[in-house]
Amino acid sequence: MEKKIEKQLSLPLKNALQMSLRNFKIRFGRAIIVTMSILLGIAFFMSIMASNVFTMALIEKGPENIRTVLVENLPEIKVKQRWLVTLSLLVCTVGIINSMLMAVTERSREIGTMKCLGALDRFVMELFLLEAMIHGIGGSIIGSFLGILIMTLVYIAQYKKIILSIFPTLTLLKFVGISIILGTGLAIIGALYPAIVSARMEPAEAIRREV
Amino acid sequence: MPREVIVRTIELKKTYMLGKIPLHVLKGIDLEILKGEYISIMGPSGSGKTTLFNMIGGLDKPSEGKVYIDEVDIAQLDAYELAWLRCRKIGYIFQTFNLIPVMSALENVMLPMIFAGMTTDDAREKAKSLLETVGLGDRLHHKPFELSGGQQQRVAIARALANDPAIILADEPTGNLDLKTGKEIINLLREMNKEKQVSIITATHDLKMLDVSDRVIWIRDGMIERIEDRENLDIKVGHVEGEEAG
Repeated sequence: MEKKIEKQLSLPLKNALQMSLRNFKIRFGRAIIVTMSILLGIAFFMSIMASNVFTMALIEKGPENIRTVLVENLPEIKVKQRWLVTLSLLVCTVGIINSMLMAVTERSREIGTMKCLGALDRFVMELFLLEAMIHGIGGSIIGSFLGILIMTLVYIAQYKKIILSIFPTLTLLKFVGISIILGTGLAIIGALYPAIVSARMEPAEAIRREV
Repeated sequence: MPREVIVRTIELKKTYMLGKIPLHVLKGIDLEILKGEYISIMGPSGSGKTTLFNMIGGLDKPSEGKVYIDEVDIAQLDAYELAWLRCRKIGYIFQTFNLIPVMSALENVMLPMIFAGMTTDDAREKAKSLLETVGLGDRLHHKPFELSGGQQQRVAIARALANDPAIILADEPTGNLDLKTGKEIINLLREMNKEKQVSIITATHDLKMLDVSDRVIWIRDGMIERIEDRENLDIKVGHVEGEEAG
């Protein structure tokens, strides 16, 4: 009976979260680069989305002259937008996955060390996924607002203040939500693969691995 | 009274595949290490001592043969039990120290205790006293990069002792240290060995280690060349001392 209790291994979530946050703080420079790539990917995605939303808002509520021009070109705009959205998603995905891959791989030795100290594969995964989540949430919140800001400025330059009077706040917030889910999801997916590989390695191998 | 055998290897072999050519790193090692012994595994680079070290520590899997730690065949353990073994039974010390860079000395020592399920407060107390034991009572909150090599290795020793293991495995513990610091680390290991009755197994080619070892196992080309007790060693020290200068 006693043996059973004694055989527990644990990493409380509180400690894991603390470790991840500390990692973020101390490797701030490195963390910012990882977050940046998420931020830029999401900003790109969001700016395309925002430009869509603005165009639709102008078609619905804008002045007559702008509306006719836009409606006339709508099919063409739609095709172009679809391309851009696909492209932005691709850039975003590749960028995020790549940087998460680097972030985890370069810490292979640390993973090996932790496993020597008795960390289960699960602990390693937990730590890296938590960190990816922090990167993902931070990067996508800032990124999505940056995307909106840029597109707002672009549309103000083009259509003057009309855009502010018909500003589609709710629709944009919906896309902010989507962006956050997307960014965080991609960051976690990006971290998942290298984290699984590293966590499953024999500790000796993980320590030896040079990056 | 016969002493307890803590590590036993039987016909231990390890083969790496280099492309299609098999490379036999260990060619059948039979070994018994007793509780509380201080063992040095000596041999030139490439002789397979680090590989043997990894096998004994459960850090890598043997191709053939068996490793028993505390009479448990480690090949029979699942991932969880193996992690538990690494956490509770074995302490590791590396040539490159391998401290977690973002954690302070104290937190590095606390980590294995937290894995072992100790509360943060208890772990902190114990880590403090361990760091005091290794002479770093005034460096608790320093990060690894703020410590010298010798100090980092002391933190690593404290960390290895965290869960009162039966065995400490040290792979070239003095390899990255200067002569004097290396000596201090060796003495510290010996002290811990005597004080806590923990078996210490070092893979090394540092001849300073000979002075403190109970037995020296010489490895060459993946085989045990000879095993010497300390009593017999003293005669030979004169012979090897010439190599130390080199």
